[in-house]
Amino acid sequence: MNFPVLSIVVFTPMVAAVLILLMPANKRNETRSLALAAATIALILSAWVYIQYLVNGMTGYQFVEEYTWLPALGMNLIFGVDGMSAPLVLLTGIVMFTGVCISWGIDDAHAPTGIQDRPREFFAFLFILASGVFGVFASLDLFMLFFFYEIAVFPMYLLIAIWGWVKTREYAAMKLTLYLFIGSVVALVGALALYYQAGFNSFDMRLLETANFSEAFQVKWFLPVFFGFAVLGGIWPFHNWSPDGHVAAPTAVSMFHAGVLMKLGAFAALRVGVMLLPQGAQHWSWLIMTCAGIAVVYGAFIAFVQPDLKYIIGFSSVSHMGLVMLGISTLNRNGLMGAGVQMFSHGVMTALFFAVVGMIYDRSHTRQIPELGGMIKPLPWAGIGFIIGGLVSMGMPGFSGFVAEFPIFMGVWGRQWLVAVIAAISIVITAAYIMLAIRKVFFAEMPANLEGHISPLTFLDKVAIGLLCSLMIGIGLFPSLMVPMVQTGVDNILRLLGGV
Amino acid sequence: MEFIFTHLLSLILFIPALTGLVIVFLPKDQIKLIRWTALLASLIPFAFSIVLWINFQPDVNGYQFVEKYSWYAAIGSSLHLGVDGLSLTMVLLTTLLTPLALLASFNISDRIKAYMMLFLFLETGMLGVFMAVDLLIFFVFWEIGLVPMYFLINQWGSANRNYASLKFMIYTMGGSLGLLLAIQLLGVLFGTFDLVVVTEKWNSASGLLLGFPIETVKAVIFWAFVVAFAIKVPVWPFHTWLPDAHTEAPTAGSMILAGVLLKLGAYGFLRLVLPLYPVQAEHYAGALAFLATAAIVFGAFAAYGQTDFKRLVAYSSVNHMGFVLLGIAAAAKAAGTLDATIALNGAVLQMFNHGLSAAGMFFLVGVIYERTHTRNLNDFGGLFPLVPVYGGILIFTSMASLGMPGLNGFISEFLVVRGSWPILTVYTAIAMLGLLFTGAYVLKGIKNVLHGPLNEQWAHGEHKLTEINTREIMVMVPLMALILIIGIWPAWILDVINKAMMALF
Repeated sequence: MNFPVLSIVVFTPMVAAVLILLMPANKRNETRSLALAAATIALILSAWVYIQYLVNGMTGYQFVEEYTWLPALGMNLIFGVDGMSAPLVLLTGIVMFTGVCISWGIDDAHAPTGIQDRPREFFAFLFILASGVFGVFASLDLFMLFFFYEIAVFPMYLLIAIWGWVKTREYAAMKLTLYLFIGSVVALVGALALYYQAGFNSFDMRLLETANFSEAFQVKWFLPVFFGFAVLGGIWPFHNWSPDGHVAAPTAVSMFHAGVLMKLGAFAALRVGVMLLPQGAQHWSWLIMTCAGIAVVYGAFIAFVQPDLKYIIGFSSVSHMGLVMLGISTLNRNGLMGAGVQMFSHGVMTALFFAVVGMIYDRSHTRQIPELGGMIKPLPWAGIGFIIGGLVSMGMPGFSGFVAEFPIFMGVWGRQWLVAVIAAISIVITAAYIMLAIRKVFFAEMPANLEGHISPLTFLDKVAIGLLCSLMIGIGLFPSLMVPMVQTGVDNILRLLGGV
Repeated sequence: MEFIFTHLLSLILFIPALTGLVIVFLPKDQIKLIRWTALLASLIPFAFSIVLWINFQPDVNGYQFVEKYSWYAAIGSSLHLGVDGLSLTMVLLTTLLTPLALLASFNISDRIKAYMMLFLFLETGMLGVFMAVDLLIFFVFWEIGLVPMYFLINQWGSANRNYASLKFMIYTMGGSLGLLLAIQLLGVLFGTFDLVVVTEKWNSASGLLLGFPIETVKAVIFWAFVVAFAIKVPVWPFHTWLPDAHTEAPTAGSMILAGVLLKLGAYGFLRLVLPLYPVQAEHYAGALAFLATAAIVFGAFAAYGQTDFKRLVAYSSVNHMGFVLLGIAAAAKAAGTLDATIALNGAVLQMFNHGLSAAGMFFLVGVIYERTHTRNLNDFGGLFPLVPVYGGILIFTSMASLGMPGLNGFISEFLVVRGSWPILTVYTAIAMLGLLFTGAYVLKGIKNVLHGPLNEQWAHGEHKLTEINTREIMVMVPLMALILIIGIWPAWILDVINKAMMALF
């Protein structure tokens, strides 16, 4: 396997960003076509990686590429994916592709949709962000993981502050960036501690996995590393930046933000926190479980009372990411496997949610549920997409949410039954707020001021909705399209945990 | 041919859903084409279930026509299908009622595509529950059925549909939360969801579980199961979603809701609760019998008190399904005895019978509602001379519901009462008194609609009441025929049920 597929996946968006910036500002459609082409390449290649991994029944780290970067300090560019990260690489490809699709919009002076304000710069920043995300999921080098992590966070600030919702964008962008930087600095300190303690003069995580840190060291350093990253995963009580950020961000950025950025936090917490400090994870699993359990129920309750569609989805993300953390905290096979699938499932689901909400907002200029209604008539695709997303969100069997949540709960049963019982309440709350939102936004009578102002979706909007929906249904009906692969990743984690 | 015989169950199960997908691609304005596609496609599973019935061997214990496909291997669940006499009866009921409900829906032209699709998905959901031999698959189909039903009520229902559909959804989802958690626990314990294996291991489990004595855990989980199924049946006091859902649902939705969906709950009792918790069921049989009797008596009283024709029929379901639970409670109390088997036979036959008569009654209410746009019993009166055929059919179906000897309801209610009497004498006695009120509300319905002084507004002018049409009669004919056949010669179906009950309990 000499074809450097992962580095192409990681750097395609970066290169495309540079090319896009070189385009003349008035060539808007050409810029968009270039963006779409780059996104398609990234999607196809990441899907290729995923399919290869799945079909060939691979295990362990695959598609490994190593390039020397700063060998004196042990920092090298090492890419590779395992069963945990390959679905997330695919997820990033999907969100990138659909994000470009729905940002294309209609270039109409009276009723613009998508991104019509400086699309060139928008796509450039978005793609730098995408490169960062791909890099985190594909890096096997701790330093590079940080490197890409920061690359992913920084464009977020600009994207929200420039293209965001006028009312809150400065506040939200600042809050988000500060939160995430503080989190990552804390995690970085922890990571440096790992580096020195291990004494390999290497950031290679495959090497660090074998470091055998003392238990006292692990217990001491697990918390900063795990929670530093978990901030980005939206773990309670550090979730506060996330709904504000979701709401203020433009549609494609919300999709990225909730769809993959939050997974970045959970994934890094798992990869660096749990996999490098397994005994620390065992020692503190009760704390993670508590925080995650609170996030699950609390997020659902807060979502229930929000009148703003985007806040609903934002808090439901807190709740669903809580399930991911809950799965991780079980440290057993079912829970970790569920967490892996949930990361993908939630990514696709909230990307879809934010896409649909963005389409509605672009046309109605409101996200307040009481001011909306009857959207199913002018926007049937959006309606069906939202309904399918809603069913995934409430964990309806036959959709990917169930495939993910069921093993998470089984995992929790194996650790602490009370948490499973309490967390299950969120399912009913979720069903209630999703059903209420669907009914009001799509089926209630349309307010008179919106009548006739709702322009139809574009072809690319429909492509995005169709792709996201079919993924959720596909995995829901055929779990074996993803589960065996995640299991190999879980096996690796369990091995590090000493076969717990 | 070979393929059909080896895949009979999966064909019955998935043909409706696949047809639903085909309908997506039909042109929106071809209303007739869509209707007939749905109807004809739903007749295929019916034909296959007749084949199933003919080839079914009642004397063989265990599941037949078993099919097993890998589904979610990581947690030990597979798409494991099979039928015994109990599920076979329910499969037949479902595949029979669905085409009739679709035929009854031919008057709907608003978004017919979505409507027919949802209906066919609903059929797959219901059939999956009856065929599942895997706990997780059971739950999957159990929940999936909710979604189409929610949208059928929410989109095609009458005035108060938003409230009713959400109540139905949240009630059922909330109720099955305990079931979901319990299934997860069983899955964690045994690493498989296969019903036979789980039943065996669970019944021989002992010691501590989650730090509690296993009996305590079993008692708690027993109630988690009971609540989930009791809500669906519905048993008093968990029935309050039902009158709302029934009243607001479109006619065909009510037919399926009363005809099949309620049976899912009773089926859950028979398939899961009794086999998994024989000890707990015996211990709490008195409580179940109390709830059953309350459902019978209060259901009858409530039905009598209604002025809305559809609500009256809805409460009659509470009343009739109470007998099913009474039979189940009796069987739980004295499992293995002859009386218990008789009670169970009655309960299962009552499930089938109520499916026929309730579907018929809801349809007849729908027929008159469509013409008069009112369901208020006080707005009718003396309609018999105007619509003699409709009147005759209504009286026939009502009599079946009332338990008239010679019609099907009598057989099953008698069996339940006969079986329960020696086991739960007091409750049975009270329940039989409840039968009196069954008579009262049925007659009240007939009286207010057909007899008494004629309400002149229906006699002439623009509101002149028209007779039941051929299509509508075609919906009723199979139902009435079966009502009569089972009433006169129940042996053909009781034989299958009885052998299944003997084998199961």
